[in-house]
Amino acid sequence: MKIILNNREEEFEEGILSISKMLELKKFSFRMRIIKINDILIARDKYDSTFIHDGDKVQMLYLMSGG
Amino acid sequence: MTFSEIKAHLGRFRVGIAGAGGLGSNCAAALARCGVGTLVIADFDIIEENNLNRQYYFTNQVGKLKTEALKENISRINPDVAVINYQINLDNHNIVQIFSGCDVIVEAFDRAEMKQMLIETVQLEMGGIPLVAASGLAGWGRTEMIRCRKIDDTLYICGDESSEVSEELPPMAPRVGIVANMQANIVVEILMQKR
Repeated sequence: MKIILNNREEEFEEGILSISKMLELKKFSFRMRIIKINDILIARDKYDSTFIHDGDKVQMLYLMSGG
Repeated sequence: MTFSEIKAHLGRFRVGIAGAGGLGSNCAAALARCGVGTLVIADFDIIEENNLNRQYYFTNQVGKLKTEALKENISRINPDVAVINYQINLDNHNIVQIFSGCDVIVEAFDRAEMKQMLIETVQLEMGGIPLVAASGLAGWGRTEMIRCRKIDDTLYICGDESSEVSEELPPMAPRVGIVANMQANIVVEILMQKR
């Protein structure tokens, strides 16, 4: 499947992926982050049970301490 | 549009500011100078001397509550701004109560876990209120790495999204101020588009 991840096209062999699996495949290490799928925020405790489908727009941002 | 027309327009709106540290105090000062009508400011902390390297407070305010000192400073900048203060530790329950009715909310926390909690709460429970968050402002220099990203109509993020504060990379006035003012700039942009 193809998705748009932070405005860039990304291709995966899988036809459907949980958010957790996508993070694992992309080797995104654990950090504080926000993820939105098609403009809907997904709470961090729902990463295992929320799935990304072909054509989805996924936005991810990292939260760094400091203010 | 003249500045008086801009000020009159902005005077009709209410902006929530979650945190009155480096980001919140500087962002509030900028919004007060622009003439935003009401600022809802929430913070539990008191001013310490080491806050003065970046936060909008003065030596004679050390030991005071940040919310109270900021209200005082805003009234000295622009007495027409109404400031509603909450001396409170924000959590996913009180955020909704405190900031409901705001036209825009500014995330101005220090710790990443708090930023995440606020963004999740506002986006999941306060449907549609635009949120302007900050991430990545530690240290100095690297001005060109600081940016604003519009994620969608309800979420904006300012900062470099990579510099985390540490003992060796402390938050300092220039970069914190740049990001706080970028947040204020986005708030103004959002409000100027509102009727």
